[in-house]
Amino acid sequence: MSKKKKTMNLNFGPQHPAAHGVLRLILQLDGEIVEKADPHIGLLHRGTEKLIEHKTYTQALPYFDRLDYVAPMNQEHAFALATEKLLKIEVPIRAQYLRVIFCEIGRILSHLLNITTQALDVGALTPSLWGFEERETLMTFYERASGSRLHANYFRTGGVHQDIPGDLLKDIGKFCETFPKTIDDLENLLTDNRIFKQRNVQIGVVTKEDALAYSFSGVMLRGSGVPWDLRKSQTYECYKNLDFKIPIGKNGDCYDRYLCRIEEMRESVKIIKQCIKQIPIGPIKTVDGKISPPKKEEIKQSMEALIHHFKLFTEGYRVPKGEVYCAVEAPKGEFGVYLISDGSNKPYRCKIRAPGFSHLQAMDYLIRGHMLADVPAVLGSLDIVFGEVDR
Amino acid sequence: MELADLNKLLNSELTTKINSSLIENNELLVSTESKNLHSVLLFLKSNTQCKFKQLIDIVPVDYPNEEKRFKIYYLLLSHENNSRVKISISFNIEEKIPSITKIYPSANWMEREAFDMYGIKFKNHPDLRRILTDYGFNGYPLRKDFPLTGFNEVRYSEKDKKVIYEQVKLEQDYRDFDFDSPWEGTKYMKQIKRENKNE
Repeated sequence: MSKKKKTMNLNFGPQHPAAHGVLRLILQLDGEIVEKADPHIGLLHRGTEKLIEHKTYTQALPYFDRLDYVAPMNQEHAFALATEKLLKIEVPIRAQYLRVIFCEIGRILSHLLNITTQALDVGALTPSLWGFEERETLMTFYERASGSRLHANYFRTGGVHQDIPGDLLKDIGKFCETFPKTIDDLENLLTDNRIFKQRNVQIGVVTKEDALAYSFSGVMLRGSGVPWDLRKSQTYECYKNLDFKIPIGKNGDCYDRYLCRIEEMRESVKIIKQCIKQIPIGPIKTVDGKISPPKKEEIKQSMEALIHHFKLFTEGYRVPKGEVYCAVEAPKGEFGVYLISDGSNKPYRCKIRAPGFSHLQAMDYLIRGHMLADVPAVLGSLDIVFGEVDR
Repeated sequence: MELADLNKLLNSELTTKINSSLIENNELLVSTESKNLHSVLLFLKSNTQCKFKQLIDIVPVDYPNEEKRFKIYYLLLSHENNSRVKISISFNIEEKIPSITKIYPSANWMEREAFDMYGIKFKNHPDLRRILTDYGFNGYPLRKDFPLTGFNEVRYSEKDKKVIYEQVKLEQDYRDFDFDSPWEGTKYMKQIKRENKNE
């Protein structure tokens, strides 16, 4: 008599601390081996793309903070670049440096959260306590520049919202001196940790070919040994003036991806340091009065400025007809915006390309044949944030 | 390879397969028919000079006033040549589009999203279910004729002791202003200034 194989279906989530948000993962298990994984997403779907179609370009920008809410400004960046490309305007050099500084802060914010929560998922508590302290400091920098810790709404078409307070750069510089020590501490806890290695080495291996086929980007691609970073290969803003390296993995497993993220944080610190040294004094947004709003004191003096202010905040600016794709290297991978303008003050269509969407899609491929306990480890190393996956 | 060279190559190799191609904003857009989609993508993926091995995204767009209502853009990326290309197809509401999951496995969820948001049907898709909207959702939210506020809302009913669906009730209508004013962008102002100077 042949024994009939019995599989069990298990609901992982939607409320599970290791699901990093609201993911419902339906796992088909044979004993403890995962045979199939079917992620159900969309529990955080807010219709961002639809909302953007009904808002002016200025009003559309804050929605980007709410996508990947771990690194908000990197998202804003993609949208700002897309509108700037359509409007064909130049961003002043100081604004470019400010953008790069805050994007790299965003990268550290995101990687810190990811590394520490991944460690938490596989059983290490301390890294998250240490890492979150640093995240707090970084978010204070966000707050001092933009007024809010998370939903910054700081990048604007043509530059940034306002100049940073005088001593902020000095404080960011101080942080850059002390932060590498924290990375060392985190590495002390994790890199050679036997349990951490047992949980991550040779888990969730992605080959080069599959990484390309599944549209992986960012660390997921670099972890598998593909030297690709948009900051280098399709450079934007002032990245060409900065000297930094792109860490690349070898084996494409969870552990290599962790190592890549650690190294990227070190590179980000290097970038910020260079930016602080190089940043010039000057305007922080385009001087074109039809796009960037006038200063408060000008409004008190000039009728034209007052009219501009009124028109910009009611009607907004019009963007010439056309369509562009702009992508930035967000901490999680290639974050892109496909923007179609019909010449009015609202985008006709704004498709958001979220890196996490493609990464989560490969969940079935990554986890098949692994143990149930590996699910959180793989999920953690995918670096999923549901704000951007569900949009 | 430069975009212009790529454009030339595509035009010579795929003359019969593509309708038009143009370079705008430093991006190459190639438009084709849905019946030629597979061969165009296969060429772009396998040709040694192209090597567009990665599908970045699928962008469906709705143009309700046009004869062919929907348009899909396929955004491709080649790591080897460091270049991007966009392929577009236009089609009617009834037409079924060949799924490209066989060529690019990552198209699976992207096509599901297009189906979910626009109701575009794909031929030979392995698993064409809704992806982002609620279980049992009706309608296609990103179509231009779908209202921003939707039709149904969800709340917990104290009376029934369960979550219920009911029609959207708005205290105030969504305010959609008409912005057809004579105030125009920079170009117009620059022109006036220039004319004033010349006078």
